[in-house]
Amino acid sequence: MNQLRKWMGLLWMLLAPLSMFYLCKTALHQIALHPVTDTKIQWGVFVIVFIPIAIGLCIFGWYAWKDEYKRQM
Amino acid sequence: MATSSPKGIWKVIGASSVGTLIEWYDFYIFGSLATVIASKFFPQSNPTAALLSTLATFAAGFIVRPFGALVFGRLGDLVGRKYTFLLTLIIMGGSTFAIGLVPSYDSIGFAAPIIVLLLRLLQGLALGGEYGGAATYVAEHAPPGRRGYYTSWIQTTATLGLFVSLGVILLVRHGLDSNTEISIQKFNDWGWRIPFLVSIILVGISIYIRLKMNESPLFARLKSEGKVSVNPLKESFGHKTNLKMVLLALFGATMGQGVVWYTGQFYAQSFIETVCKIDFEQSRTMLIWAILFATPFFVVFGSWSDKVGRKWIMMAGMLLAIIFYRPIYQQFLHLSDTAVYQTQAPVTVSEPHKSTDHINEYTIVTTSVVKTFADGFAYTQKNRDTVATHTSQLVMSSTPVFTEKKLPAAVYWKFVFLIFVQVIFVTMVYGPIAAFLVEMFPTRIRYTSMSLPYHIGNGVFGGLTPFIALLLTTINAGDKLVGLMYPIIISLVCLVIGTVYLSNKIDPDVND
Repeated sequence: MNQLRKWMGLLWMLLAPLSMFYLCKTALHQIALHPVTDTKIQWGVFVIVFIPIAIGLCIFGWYAWKDEYKRQM
Repeated sequence: MATSSPKGIWKVIGASSVGTLIEWYDFYIFGSLATVIASKFFPQSNPTAALLSTLATFAAGFIVRPFGALVFGRLGDLVGRKYTFLLTLIIMGGSTFAIGLVPSYDSIGFAAPIIVLLLRLLQGLALGGEYGGAATYVAEHAPPGRRGYYTSWIQTTATLGLFVSLGVILLVRHGLDSNTEISIQKFNDWGWRIPFLVSIILVGISIYIRLKMNESPLFARLKSEGKVSVNPLKESFGHKTNLKMVLLALFGATMGQGVVWYTGQFYAQSFIETVCKIDFEQSRTMLIWAILFATPFFVVFGSWSDKVGRKWIMMAGMLLAIIFYRPIYQQFLHLSDTAVYQTQAPVTVSEPHKSTDHINEYTIVTTSVVKTFADGFAYTQKNRDTVATHTSQLVMSSTPVFTEKKLPAAVYWKFVFLIFVQVIFVTMVYGPIAAFLVEMFPTRIRYTSMSLPYHIGNGVFGGLTPFIALLLTTINAGDKLVGLMYPIIISLVCLVIGTVYLSNKIDPDVND
Protein backbone atom coordinates (compact mmCIF):
# COMPACT_ATOMS: atom_id res chain seq x y z
CA MET A 1 0.00 0.00 0.00
CA ASN A 2 2.89 2.37 0.75
CA GLN A 3 4.22 1.79 -2.78
CA LEU A 4 0.79 2.65 -4.21
CA ARG A 5 0.70 5.85 -2.10
CA LYS A 6 4.12 6.81 -3.41
CA TRP A 7 3.50 6.12 -7.11
CA MET A 8 0.11 7.73 -7.10
CA GLY A 9 1.94 10.90 -6.08
CA LEU A 10 3.10 11.15 -9.70
CA LEU A 11 -0.51 11.00 -10.85
CA TRP A 12 -1.50 13.96 -8.61
CA MET A 13 1.52 15.95 -9.76
CA LEU A 14 0.42 15.38 -13.38
CA LEU A 15 -3.28 15.88 -12.76
CA ALA A 16 -2.78 19.39 -11.35
CA PRO A 17 -1.21 21.04 -14.45
CA LEU A 18 -3.41 19.00 -16.81
CA SER A 19 -6.63 20.11 -15.13
CA MET A 20 -5.40 23.72 -15.14
CA PHE A 21 -4.56 23.47 -18.84
CA TYR A 22 -8.04 22.13 -19.56
CA LEU A 23 -9.68 24.83 -17.42
CA CYS A 24 -7.71 27.66 -19.07
CA LYS A 25 -8.39 26.24 -22.55
CA THR A 26 -12.13 26.00 -21.88
CA ALA A 27 -12.15 29.48 -20.34
CA LEU A 28 -10.43 31.05 -23.37
CA HIS A 29 -12.71 29.17 -25.76
CA GLN A 30 -15.87 30.25 -23.93
CA ILE A 31 -14.71 33.87 -23.66
CA ALA A 32 -13.98 33.87 -27.40
CA LEU A 33 -17.48 32.48 -28.08
CA HIS A 34 -19.27 34.96 -25.80
CA PRO A 35 -16.98 37.98 -25.35
CA VAL A 36 -19.19 39.75 -22.77
CA THR A 37 -18.21 40.95 -19.30
CA ASP A 38 -20.25 38.28 -17.51
CA THR A 39 -18.45 35.42 -19.26
CA LYS A 40 -15.06 36.99 -18.61
CA ILE A 41 -15.82 37.48 -14.91
CA GLN A 42 -17.15 33.94 -14.39
CA TRP A 43 -14.27 32.17 -16.08
CA GLY A 44 -11.74 34.60 -14.63
CA VAL A 45 -12.97 33.76 -11.12
CA PHE A 46 -12.70 30.01 -11.79
CA VAL A 47 -9.16 30.27 -13.12
CA ILE A 48 -7.98 32.52 -10.26
CA VAL A 49 -9.58 30.35 -7.59
CA PHE A 50 -8.52 26.95 -8.91
CA ILE A 51 -4.86 27.80 -9.70
CA PRO A 52 -3.76 27.85 -6.01
CA ILE A 53 -5.77 24.67 -5.42
CA ALA A 54 -3.98 22.97 -8.33
CA ILE A 55 -0.64 24.07 -6.84
CA GLY A 56 -1.81 22.47 -3.58
CA LEU A 57 -2.58 19.23 -5.43
CA CYS A 58 0.88 19.31 -6.95
CA ILE A 59 2.48 19.75 -3.50
CA PHE A 60 0.29 16.92 -2.20
CA GLY A 61 1.57 14.69 -5.02
CA TRP A 62 5.15 15.69 -4.23
CA TYR A 63 4.73 14.81 -0.55
CA ALA A 64 3.21 11.46 -1.54
CA TRP A 65 6.12 10.80 -3.91
CA LYS A 66 8.57 11.64 -1.09
CA ASP A 67 6.86 9.03 1.17
CA GLU A 68 5.44 11.63 3.54
CA TYR A 69 2.20 9.61 3.79
CA LYS A 70 3.99 6.33 4.35
CA ARG A 71 2.57 4.35 7.27
CA GLN A 72 4.45 2.13 9.69
CA MET A 73 3.31 -1.50 9.37
CA MET B 1 -9.43 16.44 30.30
CA ALA B 2 -11.71 17.30 27.43
CA THR B 3 -14.74 15.83 29.16
CA SER B 4 -17.59 17.98 30.42
CA SER B 5 -20.42 16.77 32.64
CA PRO B 6 -23.37 15.34 30.64
CA LYS B 7 -25.42 18.46 31.41
CA GLY B 8 -22.49 20.73 30.59
CA ILE B 9 -21.81 19.15 27.21
CA TRP B 10 -25.44 19.63 26.12
CA LYS B 11 -25.23 23.30 27.12
CA VAL B 12 -22.09 23.58 25.00
CA ILE B 13 -23.72 21.81 22.05
CA GLY B 14 -26.91 23.86 22.36
CA ALA B 15 -25.15 27.22 22.51
CA SER B 16 -22.75 26.36 19.68
CA SER B 17 -25.39 24.78 17.44
CA VAL B 18 -27.96 27.57 17.75
CA GLY B 19 -25.41 30.20 16.74
CA THR B 20 -24.05 28.13 13.86
CA LEU B 21 -27.57 27.34 12.65
CA ILE B 22 -28.41 31.05 12.61
CA GLU B 23 -25.25 31.81 10.65
CA TRP B 24 -26.18 29.19 8.03
CA TYR B 25 -29.73 30.58 7.94
CA ASP B 26 -28.34 34.07 7.31
CA PHE B 27 -26.10 32.75 4.58
CA TYR B 28 -28.75 30.72 2.78
CA ILE B 29 -31.63 33.18 2.64
CA PHE B 30 -29.56 35.16 0.17
CA GLY B 31 -29.18 32.12 -2.09
CA SER B 32 -32.81 31.07 -1.70
CA LEU B 33 -33.97 34.56 -2.70
CA ALA B 34 -31.51 34.90 -5.61
CA THR B 35 -34.20 35.64 -8.20
CA VAL B 36 -35.93 38.35 -6.12
CA ILE B 37 -32.61 39.91 -5.16
CA ALA B 38 -31.57 39.96 -8.83
CA SER B 39 -34.65 41.98 -9.73
CA LYS B 40 -34.10 44.45 -6.86
CA PHE B 41 -30.38 45.09 -6.90
CA PHE B 42 -29.09 44.42 -10.39
CA PRO B 43 -29.97 46.16 -13.70
CA GLN B 44 -33.21 44.64 -14.91
CA SER B 45 -32.71 45.12 -18.66
CA ASN B 46 -31.35 41.59 -19.01
CA PRO B 47 -32.84 39.09 -16.50
CA THR B 48 -30.19 36.44 -17.23
CA ALA B 49 -27.41 38.92 -16.58
CA ALA B 50 -29.15 39.95 -13.38
CA LEU B 51 -29.48 36.35 -12.21
CA LEU B 52 -25.87 35.57 -13.11
CA SER B 53 -24.76 38.65 -11.22
CA THR B 54 -26.56 37.35 -8.17
CA LEU B 55 -25.07 33.91 -8.59
CA ALA B 56 -21.68 35.57 -8.92
CA THR B 57 -22.37 37.40 -5.69
CA PHE B 58 -23.40 34.04 -4.23
CA ALA B 59 -20.14 32.55 -5.42
CA ALA B 60 -18.26 35.54 -3.99
CA GLY B 61 -19.87 34.65 -0.68
CA PHE B 62 -18.38 31.18 -0.99
CA ILE B 63 -15.00 32.10 -2.40
CA VAL B 64 -14.34 34.53 0.42
CA ARG B 65 -15.01 31.83 3.02
CA PRO B 66 -11.44 30.41 2.98
CA PHE B 67 -10.17 33.92 3.77
CA GLY B 68 -12.56 34.05 6.73
CA ALA B 69 -11.14 30.70 7.80
CA LEU B 70 -7.63 32.19 7.80
CA VAL B 71 -8.53 35.47 9.54
CA PHE B 72 -10.77 34.04 12.26
CA GLY B 73 -8.95 30.71 12.53
CA ARG B 74 -5.79 32.61 13.41
CA LEU B 75 -7.72 34.76 15.89
CA GLY B 76 -9.29 31.67 17.46
CA ASP B 77 -5.89 30.06 17.97
CA LEU B 78 -4.48 33.30 19.40
CA VAL B 79 -7.21 34.70 21.67
CA GLY B 80 -9.57 31.76 22.06
CA ARG B 81 -12.53 29.99 20.52
CA LYS B 82 -15.27 31.72 22.49
CA TYR B 83 -14.61 35.36 21.57
CA THR B 84 -13.81 34.53 17.97
CA PHE B 85 -17.04 32.77 17.16
CA LEU B 86 -18.90 35.47 19.08
CA LEU B 87 -17.35 38.01 16.72
CA THR B 88 -18.25 36.01 13.61
CA LEU B 89 -21.85 35.84 14.81
CA ILE B 90 -22.02 39.64 15.24
CA ILE B 91 -20.56 40.25 11.77
CA MET B 92 -22.91 37.75 10.16
CA GLY B 93 -26.01 39.05 11.93
CA GLY B 94 -25.12 42.69 11.26
CA SER B 95 -24.53 42.20 7.54
CA THR B 96 -27.67 40.09 7.06
CA PHE B 97 -29.80 42.72 8.80
CA ALA B 98 -28.15 45.43 6.68
CA ILE B 99 -28.98 43.59 3.40
CA GLY B 100 -32.63 43.82 4.46
CA LEU B 101 -32.28 47.61 4.67
CA VAL B 102 -30.40 48.40 1.43
CA PRO B 103 -32.54 50.52 -0.98
CA SER B 104 -33.13 48.96 -4.40
CA TYR B 105 -31.28 49.71 -7.65
CA ASP B 106 -34.23 51.84 -8.76
CA SER B 107 -33.75 54.11 -5.73
CA ILE B 108 -29.98 54.54 -5.43
CA GLY B 109 -28.57 53.13 -8.67
CA PHE B 110 -25.29 51.23 -8.77
CA ALA B 111 -24.58 51.90 -5.10
CA ALA B 112 -27.21 49.22 -4.33
CA PRO B 113 -25.49 46.19 -5.93
CA ILE B 114 -22.11 47.37 -4.65
CA ILE B 115 -23.35 47.61 -1.03
CA VAL B 116 -25.06 44.21 -1.33
CA LEU B 117 -21.90 42.65 -2.74
CA LEU B 118 -19.80 44.05 0.13
CA LEU B 119 -22.27 42.80 2.73
CA ARG B 120 -22.32 39.41 1.05
CA LEU B 121 -18.53 39.27 1.25
CA LEU B 122 -18.74 40.07 4.97
CA GLN B 123 -21.21 37.20 5.39
CA GLY B 124 -18.82 34.81 3.67
CA LEU B 125 -15.93 36.04 5.82
CA ALA B 126 -17.92 35.50 9.03
CA LEU B 127 -19.10 32.03 8.00
CA GLY B 128 -15.50 31.11 7.23
CA GLY B 129 -14.66 31.73 10.86
CA GLU B 130 -17.76 30.27 12.48
CA TYR B 131 -17.85 26.58 11.67
CA GLY B 132 -14.27 25.71 12.66
CA GLY B 133 -14.77 27.48 15.96
CA ALA B 134 -18.02 25.70 16.79
CA ALA B 135 -16.73 22.25 15.79
CA THR B 136 -13.47 22.74 17.69
CA TYR B 137 -15.28 24.09 20.73
CA VAL B 138 -17.66 21.12 20.96
CA ALA B 139 -14.95 18.54 20.20
CA GLU B 140 -12.70 19.97 22.90
CA HIS B 141 -15.50 19.51 25.44
CA ALA B 142 -16.50 16.01 24.29
CA PRO B 143 -15.40 12.73 25.91
CA PRO B 144 -12.93 10.76 23.70
CA GLY B 145 -15.19 7.86 22.68
CA ARG B 146 -18.16 10.10 21.78
CA ARG B 147 -16.55 12.87 19.74
CA GLY B 148 -18.27 11.82 16.52
CA TYR B 149 -21.65 11.73 18.23
CA TYR B 150 -21.38 15.13 19.93
CA THR B 151 -19.88 17.00 16.97
CA SER B 152 -22.53 15.55 14.65
CA TRP B 153 -25.03 17.91 16.31
CA ILE B 154 -22.98 20.78 14.91
CA GLN B 155 -23.13 19.00 11.55
CA THR B 156 -26.93 19.17 11.52
CA THR B 157 -26.87 22.97 11.68
CA ALA B 158 -25.92 23.62 8.05
CA THR B 159 -28.83 21.55 6.75
CA LEU B 160 -31.21 22.85 9.42
CA GLY B 161 -30.15 26.41 8.56
CA LEU B 162 -31.23 25.72 4.99
CA PHE B 163 -34.45 24.15 6.30
CA VAL B 164 -35.27 27.20 8.46
CA SER B 165 -34.45 29.62 5.63
CA LEU B 166 -36.80 27.78 3.23
CA GLY B 167 -39.49 27.58 5.91
CA VAL B 168 -39.29 31.28 6.84
CA ILE B 169 -39.38 32.30 3.16
CA LEU B 170 -42.47 30.16 2.46
CA LEU B 171 -44.22 31.41 5.60
CA VAL B 172 -43.57 35.06 4.80
CA ARG B 173 -44.48 34.54 1.14
CA HIS B 174 -47.92 33.26 2.17
CA GLY B 175 -48.43 35.31 5.31
CA LEU B 176 -48.55 38.85 3.95
CA ASP B 177 -52.14 38.67 2.75
CA SER B 178 -55.07 36.25 2.92
CA ASN B 179 -55.12 36.23 -0.90
CA THR B 180 -52.14 34.12 -2.06
CA GLU B 181 -51.52 36.07 -5.26
CA ILE B 182 -51.50 39.42 -3.46
CA SER B 183 -49.30 37.94 -0.72
CA ILE B 184 -46.72 36.75 -3.29
CA GLN B 185 -46.87 40.16 -4.99
CA LYS B 186 -46.21 41.90 -1.64
CA PHE B 187 -43.41 39.44 -0.91
CA ASN B 188 -41.70 40.18 -4.24
CA ASP B 189 -42.21 43.88 -3.68
CA TRP B 190 -40.97 44.36 -0.09
CA GLY B 191 -41.73 41.21 1.94
CA TRP B 192 -38.47 39.52 0.90
CA ARG B 193 -36.71 41.90 3.33
CA ILE B 194 -38.42 40.31 6.36
CA PRO B 195 -36.32 37.09 6.47
CA PHE B 196 -33.20 39.30 6.49
CA LEU B 197 -34.50 41.62 9.19
CA VAL B 198 -35.72 38.75 11.40
CA SER B 199 -32.12 37.61 11.64
CA ILE B 200 -31.20 40.38 14.09
CA ILE B 201 -33.54 38.95 16.76
CA LEU B 202 -32.15 35.43 16.33
CA VAL B 203 -28.58 36.68 16.43
CA GLY B 204 -29.31 38.78 19.54
CA ILE B 205 -30.57 35.69 21.40
CA SER B 206 -27.59 33.65 20.25
CA ILE B 207 -25.07 36.29 21.32
CA TYR B 208 -26.68 36.36 24.78
CA ILE B 209 -26.36 32.55 25.06
CA ARG B 210 -22.78 32.49 23.81
CA LEU B 211 -21.67 35.26 26.17
CA LYS B 212 -22.54 32.97 29.07
CA MET B 213 -20.28 30.18 27.84
CA ASN B 214 -16.78 29.43 29.09
CA GLU B 215 -13.66 29.10 26.99
CA SER B 216 -12.78 25.62 25.68
CA PRO B 217 -10.99 23.72 28.51
CA LEU B 218 -8.16 22.60 26.22
CA PHE B 219 -7.49 26.09 24.93
CA ALA B 220 -7.81 27.58 28.44
CA ARG B 221 -5.19 25.13 29.72
CA LEU B 222 -2.89 25.87 26.80
CA LYS B 223 -3.23 29.58 27.51
CA SER B 224 -2.57 29.22 31.23
CA GLU B 225 0.58 27.22 30.43
CA GLY B 226 1.71 29.87 27.93
CA LYS B 227 1.75 27.33 25.08
CA VAL B 228 -0.55 29.20 22.69
CA SER B 229 0.81 29.44 19.15
CA VAL B 230 2.56 32.72 18.35
CA ASN B 231 1.94 32.46 14.62
CA PRO B 232 -0.83 29.95 13.81
CA LEU B 233 -0.73 30.64 10.06
CA LYS B 234 2.99 29.89 9.82
CA GLU B 235 2.66 26.81 12.01
CA SER B 236 -0.32 25.54 10.04
CA PHE B 237 0.86 26.10 6.49
CA GLY B 238 4.58 26.85 6.76
CA HIS B 239 5.61 23.55 8.28
CA LYS B 240 5.56 20.38 6.22
CA THR B 241 4.33 18.19 9.11
CA ASN B 242 1.07 20.11 9.33
CA LEU B 243 0.71 21.28 5.72
CA LYS B 244 0.69 17.71 4.45
CA MET B 245 -2.26 16.97 6.75
CA VAL B 246 -4.09 20.11 5.59
CA LEU B 247 -3.68 19.00 1.96
CA LEU B 248 -4.76 15.45 2.80
CA ALA B 249 -7.87 16.75 4.61
CA LEU B 250 -8.75 18.88 1.57
CA PHE B 251 -8.15 16.40 -1.26
CA GLY B 252 -9.07 13.24 0.64
CA ALA B 253 -12.21 14.39 2.47
CA THR B 254 -13.58 17.95 2.36
CA MET B 255 -13.44 18.40 -1.43
CA GLY B 256 -15.77 15.41 -2.02
CA GLN B 257 -17.89 16.25 0.99
CA GLY B 258 -18.44 19.79 -0.36
CA VAL B 259 -19.74 18.72 -3.77
CA VAL B 260 -21.94 15.96 -2.32
CA TRP B 261 -23.41 18.48 0.14
CA TYR B 262 -24.25 21.09 -2.48
CA THR B 263 -25.45 18.65 -5.13
CA GLY B 264 -27.82 16.90 -2.76
CA GLN B 265 -29.43 20.08 -1.51
CA PHE B 266 -28.79 23.09 -3.73
CA TYR B 267 -28.27 21.59 -7.16
CA ALA B 268 -31.19 19.21 -6.61
CA GLN B 269 -33.51 22.13 -5.91
CA SER B 270 -32.18 24.18 -8.81
CA PHE B 271 -32.47 21.19 -11.21
CA ILE B 272 -36.04 20.44 -10.14
CA GLU B 273 -37.07 24.06 -10.56
CA THR B 274 -35.19 25.11 -13.69
CA VAL B 275 -34.77 21.88 -15.68
CA CYS B 276 -37.80 19.82 -14.60
CA LYS B 277 -39.87 23.06 -14.37
CA ILE B 278 -41.63 22.06 -11.18
CA ASP B 279 -43.74 24.71 -9.48
CA PHE B 280 -41.93 27.07 -7.01
CA GLU B 281 -43.79 25.87 -3.91
CA GLN B 282 -43.54 22.15 -4.66
CA SER B 283 -39.82 22.33 -5.45
CA ARG B 284 -39.21 23.91 -2.05
CA THR B 285 -41.55 21.82 0.08
CA MET B 286 -40.00 18.65 -1.40
CA LEU B 287 -36.62 19.76 -0.14
CA ILE B 288 -38.06 20.67 3.25
CA TRP B 289 -39.56 17.17 3.71
CA ALA B 290 -36.42 15.42 2.51
CA ILE B 291 -34.23 17.45 4.88
CA LEU B 292 -36.61 16.85 7.77
CA PHE B 293 -36.54 13.06 7.30
CA ALA B 294 -32.80 12.85 6.65
CA THR B 295 -31.40 15.21 9.32
CA PRO B 296 -31.38 12.63 12.17
CA PHE B 297 -28.94 10.58 10.08
CA PHE B 298 -26.19 13.15 10.71
CA VAL B 299 -26.26 12.02 14.33
CA VAL B 300 -26.62 8.34 13.34
CA PHE B 301 -23.51 8.40 11.13
CA GLY B 302 -21.58 10.69 13.51
CA SER B 303 -22.26 8.31 16.36
CA TRP B 304 -21.51 5.20 14.26
CA SER B 305 -18.16 6.72 13.29
CA ASP B 306 -17.16 6.53 16.98
CA LYS B 307 -17.43 2.76 16.67
CA VAL B 308 -16.21 1.93 13.16
CA GLY B 309 -14.01 4.93 12.33
CA ARG B 310 -14.71 8.04 10.24
CA LYS B 311 -13.06 7.15 6.95
CA TRP B 312 -15.18 4.37 5.51
CA ILE B 313 -18.50 6.03 6.26
CA MET B 314 -17.39 9.17 4.40
CA MET B 315 -15.94 7.16 1.50
CA ALA B 316 -19.12 5.06 1.22
CA GLY B 317 -21.17 8.27 1.00
CA MET B 318 -19.03 9.51 -1.89
CA LEU B 319 -19.14 6.16 -3.68
CA LEU B 320 -22.94 5.95 -3.45
CA ALA B 321 -23.22 9.53 -4.75
CA ILE B 322 -20.99 8.71 -7.74
CA ILE B 323 -23.05 5.61 -8.58
CA PHE B 324 -26.54 6.99 -8.03
CA TYR B 325 -26.45 10.66 -9.11
CA ARG B 326 -27.17 10.05 -12.79
CA PRO B 327 -29.97 7.46 -12.20
CA ILE B 328 -31.59 9.77 -9.62
CA TYR B 329 -31.57 12.82 -11.91
CA GLN B 330 -32.72 10.69 -14.84
CA GLN B 331 -35.71 9.74 -12.69
CA PHE B 332 -36.41 13.44 -11.99
CA LEU B 333 -36.59 14.02 -15.76
CA HIS B 334 -38.68 10.92 -16.39
CA LEU B 335 -41.19 11.65 -13.62
CA SER B 336 -41.72 15.26 -14.71
CA ASP B 337 -41.95 14.50 -18.44
CA THR B 338 -45.15 15.87 -20.00
CA ALA B 339 -45.02 13.70 -23.17
CA VAL B 340 -47.51 11.15 -21.88
CA TYR B 341 -49.99 13.89 -20.90
CA GLN B 342 -49.91 15.50 -24.32
CA THR B 343 -51.73 12.46 -25.70
CA GLN B 344 -54.43 12.67 -23.01
CA ALA B 345 -57.37 15.03 -22.74
CA PRO B 346 -57.08 17.35 -19.73
CA VAL B 347 -59.87 17.41 -17.12
CA THR B 348 -59.78 21.20 -16.94
CA VAL B 349 -58.22 23.91 -19.09
CA SER B 350 -58.02 27.45 -17.77
CA GLU B 351 -58.98 30.55 -19.72
CA PRO B 352 -56.05 31.55 -21.97
CA HIS B 353 -53.93 34.39 -20.59
CA LYS B 354 -52.25 36.54 -23.24
CA SER B 355 -49.28 38.85 -22.86
CA THR B 356 -47.44 40.80 -25.56
CA ASP B 357 -43.90 42.09 -26.01
CA HIS B 358 -42.76 44.38 -28.82
CA ILE B 359 -39.36 43.85 -30.43
CA ASN B 360 -38.64 46.17 -33.38
CA GLU B 361 -41.35 45.54 -36.00
CA TYR B 362 -42.52 42.28 -34.39
CA THR B 363 -44.93 41.49 -31.57
CA ILE B 364 -44.36 38.40 -29.44
CA VAL B 365 -47.68 37.03 -28.22
CA THR B 366 -47.44 34.56 -25.35
CA THR B 367 -50.56 32.55 -24.61
CA SER B 368 -50.63 30.61 -21.33
CA VAL B 369 -53.15 27.97 -20.32
CA VAL B 370 -53.16 25.80 -17.22
CA LYS B 371 -54.09 22.18 -17.97
CA THR B 372 -55.04 19.74 -15.21
CA PHE B 373 -55.25 15.97 -15.79
CA ALA B 374 -57.22 13.15 -14.17
CA ASP B 375 -54.39 11.98 -11.87
CA GLY B 376 -53.81 15.53 -10.55
CA PHE B 377 -50.83 16.41 -12.78
CA ALA B 378 -51.04 20.03 -13.95
CA TYR B 379 -48.85 22.34 -15.99
CA THR B 380 -48.87 25.73 -17.64
CA GLN B 381 -48.54 25.49 -21.41
CA LYS B 382 -47.00 28.54 -23.04
CA ASN B 383 -47.25 29.10 -26.79
CA ARG B 384 -45.21 31.93 -28.22
CA ASP B 385 -46.17 33.42 -31.59
CA THR B 386 -44.22 36.07 -33.43
CA VAL B 387 -46.50 38.41 -35.37
CA ALA B 388 -45.57 41.26 -37.71
CA THR B 389 -46.84 44.36 -35.87
CA HIS B 390 -48.14 46.28 -38.91
CA THR B 391 -49.70 43.45 -40.95
CA SER B 392 -50.72 41.17 -38.00
CA GLN B 393 -49.35 38.30 -40.06
CA LEU B 394 -48.02 35.26 -38.17
CA VAL B 395 -44.26 35.04 -38.76
CA MET B 396 -43.25 32.17 -36.49
CA SER B 397 -44.78 29.83 -33.92
CA SER B 398 -42.40 28.33 -31.38
CA THR B 399 -42.73 24.86 -29.79
CA PRO B 400 -44.92 25.01 -26.66
CA VAL B 401 -43.10 25.25 -23.34
CA PHE B 402 -44.43 23.40 -20.26
CA THR B 403 -43.72 25.13 -16.95
CA GLU B 404 -44.97 25.42 -13.35
CA LYS B 405 -45.69 21.69 -13.27
CA LYS B 406 -47.69 20.49 -10.28
CA LEU B 407 -47.14 16.84 -9.50
CA PRO B 408 -49.78 14.44 -8.19
CA ALA B 409 -49.18 13.19 -4.62
CA ALA B 410 -47.60 9.85 -5.59
CA VAL B 411 -45.05 11.46 -7.93
CA TYR B 412 -44.41 14.29 -5.45
CA TRP B 413 -43.42 11.78 -2.75
CA LYS B 414 -41.17 9.94 -5.22
CA PHE B 415 -39.36 13.24 -5.71
CA VAL B 416 -39.12 13.68 -1.92
CA PHE B 417 -37.65 10.17 -1.67
CA LEU B 418 -35.06 10.84 -4.40
CA ILE B 419 -33.93 14.05 -2.65
CA PHE B 420 -33.97 12.22 0.69
CA VAL B 421 -31.57 9.60 -0.74
CA GLN B 422 -29.21 12.39 -1.81
CA VAL B 423 -29.38 14.02 1.64
CA ILE B 424 -28.54 10.60 3.14
CA PHE B 425 -25.31 10.69 1.09
CA VAL B 426 -24.75 14.15 2.57
CA THR B 427 -25.22 12.84 6.13
CA MET B 428 -22.70 10.06 5.45
CA VAL B 429 -19.95 12.38 4.23
CA TYR B 430 -20.79 15.26 6.55
CA GLY B 431 -21.85 13.61 9.84
CA PRO B 432 -18.39 12.35 10.89
CA ILE B 433 -16.26 15.08 9.28
CA ALA B 434 -16.03 17.52 12.21
CA ALA B 435 -14.60 14.84 14.51
CA PHE B 436 -12.34 13.66 11.69
CA LEU B 437 -10.90 17.17 11.13
CA VAL B 438 -10.52 17.96 14.83
CA GLU B 439 -8.54 14.75 15.37
CA MET B 440 -6.17 15.56 12.52
CA PHE B 441 -4.67 18.70 14.06
CA PRO B 442 -3.10 19.77 17.40
CA THR B 443 -4.97 22.09 19.80
CA ARG B 444 -2.62 25.07 19.41
CA ILE B 445 -3.38 25.45 15.67
CA ARG B 446 -6.57 23.42 15.36
CA TYR B 447 -8.95 26.29 14.56
CA THR B 448 -6.77 27.59 11.70
CA SER B 449 -5.74 24.20 10.33
CA MET B 450 -9.19 22.62 10.14
CA SER B 451 -11.03 25.75 8.97
CA LEU B 452 -9.09 26.24 5.74
CA PRO B 453 -9.51 22.77 4.17
CA TYR B 454 -13.13 22.72 5.32
CA HIS B 455 -13.97 26.03 3.66
CA ILE B 456 -12.03 25.34 0.46
CA GLY B 457 -13.78 21.98 0.21
CA ASN B 458 -17.21 23.13 1.25
CA GLY B 459 -17.08 26.75 0.10
CA VAL B 460 -15.09 26.67 -3.14
CA PHE B 461 -15.61 23.13 -4.47
CA GLY B 462 -19.10 22.76 -3.00
CA GLY B 463 -20.40 26.31 -3.19
CA LEU B 464 -19.56 26.62 -6.85
CA THR B 465 -21.40 23.38 -7.75
CA PRO B 466 -24.69 24.96 -8.96
CA PHE B 467 -22.73 27.66 -10.78
CA ILE B 468 -20.33 25.28 -12.58
CA ALA B 469 -23.15 22.83 -13.34
CA LEU B 470 -25.13 25.66 -14.96
CA LEU B 471 -22.11 26.61 -17.09
CA LEU B 472 -21.59 22.98 -18.17
CA THR B 473 -25.22 22.93 -19.28
CA THR B 474 -24.65 25.99 -21.47
CA ILE B 475 -21.54 24.37 -23.02
CA ASN B 476 -23.32 21.08 -23.78
CA ALA B 477 -27.00 21.99 -24.06
CA GLY B 478 -27.95 18.56 -25.50
CA ASP B 479 -27.34 16.62 -22.27
CA LYS B 480 -29.52 17.76 -19.38
CA LEU B 481 -27.43 15.72 -16.93
CA VAL B 482 -24.08 17.17 -17.99
CA GLY B 483 -23.99 19.39 -14.88
CA LEU B 484 -23.53 16.25 -12.77
CA MET B 485 -20.12 15.64 -14.36
CA TYR B 486 -18.56 18.14 -11.97
CA PRO B 487 -19.66 16.62 -8.62
CA ILE B 488 -19.07 13.09 -9.95
CA ILE B 489 -15.48 13.77 -11.07
CA ILE B 490 -14.57 15.70 -7.90
CA SER B 491 -16.10 12.98 -5.68
CA LEU B 492 -14.26 10.30 -7.62
CA VAL B 493 -10.84 11.96 -7.22
CA CYS B 494 -11.57 12.55 -3.53
CA LEU B 495 -12.72 8.95 -3.07
CA VAL B 496 -9.49 7.59 -4.58
CA ILE B 497 -7.27 9.90 -2.49
CA GLY B 498 -9.28 9.27 0.69
CA THR B 499 -9.27 5.49 0.21
CA VAL B 500 -5.54 5.28 -0.47
CA TYR B 501 -4.15 7.89 1.93
CA LEU B 502 -6.54 8.39 4.87
CA SER B 503 -6.31 6.35 8.03
CA ASN B 504 -9.45 4.93 9.65
CA LYS B 505 -7.88 5.09 13.11
CA ILE B 506 -9.69 7.33 15.61
CA ASP B 507 -7.33 9.60 17.53
CA PRO B 508 -8.14 8.81 21.18
CA ASP B 509 -6.53 12.02 22.46
CA VAL B 510 -7.16 15.52 21.15
CA ASN B 511 -5.26 17.12 24.05
CA ASP B 512 -2.02 17.31 22.04
